[in-house]
Amino acid sequence: MTRVSMKVDGVEYEDDVEPRTLLVHHLRESLGKVGTVVGCDTSNCGACTVLMTDPEGRKQGIKSCSVLAVQADGREITTIEGLAGPDRTLHPVQRAFHEAHGLQCGFCTPGMIMAAVDLLTENPDPTEAEIREGLEGNLCRCTGYQNIVRAVREASAEIRSAGGDAEPAPPSPRAGEAQTPDSGLPRQDVPDETIPQPVP
Amino acid sequence: MIPPTFDYAAPTTVDEAISALRDAGEDAKVIAGGQSLLPLLRMRFAAPSTLVDLGGVEELRHVREDGDTIVIGAMVTHARVLRDPLVNAHVPLLAQATSTVADRQIRHRGTFAGSLAHADPAGDLPAVALVLGASLEIAGPHGRRVVPASEFFVDYLESVVAPDEVLVAVRVPKQGSWVGRYEKFNRVAQGWALVGVAALVRRENGAIAEARVGLTNMGSTPLRARRAEAALAGADSPAAVGAAAARAADDTRPSDDLLAGADYRRHLAGVLTRRAVASLA
Ligand SMILES: Cc1cc2nc3c(=O)[nH]c(=O)nc-3n(C[C@H](O)[C@H](O)[C@H](O)COP(=O)(O)OP(=O)(O)OC[C@H]3O[C@@H](n4cnc5c(N)ncnc54)[C@H](O)[C@@H]3O)c2cc1C
Ligand code: FES
Ligand code: FES
Repeated sequence: MTRVSMKVDGVEYEDDVEPRTLLVHHLRESLGKVGTVVGCDTSNCGACTVLMTDPEGRKQGIKSCSVLAVQADGREITTIEGLAGPDRTLHPVQRAFHEAHGLQCGFCTPGMIMAAVDLLTENPDPTEAEIREGLEGNLCRCTGYQNIVRAVREASAEIRSAGGDAEPAPPSPRAGEAQTPDSGLPRQDVPDETIPQPVP
Repeated sequence: MIPPTFDYAAPTTVDEAISALRDAGEDAKVIAGGQSLLPLLRMRFAAPSTLVDLGGVEELRHVREDGDTIVIGAMVTHARVLRDPLVNAHVPLLAQATSTVADRQIRHRGTFAGSLAHADPAGDLPAVALVLGASLEIAGPHGRRVVPASEFFVDYLESVVAPDEVLVAVRVPKQGSWVGRYEKFNRVAQGWALVGVAALVRRENGAIAEARVGLTNMGSTPLRARRAEAALAGADSPAAVGAAAARAADDTRPSDDLLAGADYRRHLAGVLTRRAVASLA
């Protein structure tokens, strides 16, 4: 076991993990961040995308199935569950996906939204072609992408007209005490049913 | 799937990394960005006894200028290459080729040096390193050595880096008056190259004085298209470039697989060489 500490959606966690534990499994099974999903075994689908700081502290989109939990030691992570503001107002990208009908089954949506936030942080006013290229690491099997691209364009316009940037708002200082999955469950409160059990 | 079990070492210097590799023995493996290694582990195509993580080795994270050379540390990611001012000013071919690699998320973690060490013939950057005349600085228990890219790639997924060695930096000569272009052909977004061509050209008085052409996925290692290079020298018209480019696949034995037949790959090598060189007019 290796000791790792990381800040996830504003809350500091310290845990002992097996080195082979993938970050996505740590997020889902130990920290209860089940908003982040796994869609493939090949690092292709992007459903598991979260933001993680690099060694210089820059937040960037990564595939949490392709990072070991031990490699995230000391980093700060934002999942789809930490994207809404402290008062639970949706992030502009979340709102735009809702309004522009940027999802059908919703499985790709957490990763798609995090990848869009990552893109807009670097390029606040992407062209349609830049959006399609920027999201090339995320697969959607339902929508045909049209409404996803529309949602990202709308979010980009909204963020710029509000004079802000796509960076998620800092989580409230009380996020650690919150009891809703939206702002992070304290570890001991992770409901059993969210932890996958072997099929008997 | 979940990777097989392994021990984990997190050195903070190159020397510690080399000791960790030595202590762990033959089956230890270095992990850099993990973007090639973790998919292999998840599919259980690899089962190293120990992973030696270079993520905490600060000295490997720098890009610096050393005379006519840009030195890129082993933990410099694709994303960093794309935004680095030294790379963009002096080796723009590397930045342009890197923009075609994988997707944003993978580029945030994967490293330039890792793509060379991985030695995947379908990887885009080995052919680019070859035409740029890069050399690779390798550290091991007996000190450091520098190997030119032309001698670095041994076979499919095999380079000259020994199990107890660490690739510490890639030294890339500045392009100077050479202009370059990477052309990649793939069928879907995020797909690997069926074939890729890295072209580097120096012009004099309206004609090509010298050309270098590197091929991705036209054999078990990246290759130079020597015949096309020779034929390109002196080319001063689109017709001459076209005729020279048609020789790009001479002497190659590309694979014949489900993604593309060997004939099709040879055809693509010619087309992409013509496109790359023509774009540099
Ligand atoms: C979905 C997907 C799509 C991709 N598409 C492309 C593409 O289009 N084009 C492309 O070129 N690549 C592509 N890649 C691969 C990507 O570029 C990787 O980043 C790169 O191949 C490996 O870099 P890494 O730092 O992640 O290496 P790792 O995965 O950490 O390591 C790869 C191998 O190299 C060895 N190694 C790494 N660094 C060192 C070192 N410093 N010293 C000694 N040994 C070392 C490791 O031991 C391992 O065997 C793709 C990957 C994925 C998952
Ligand atoms: S689960 Fe598919 S890329 Fe991570
Ligand atoms: S909405 Fe179903 S996969 Fe995208």
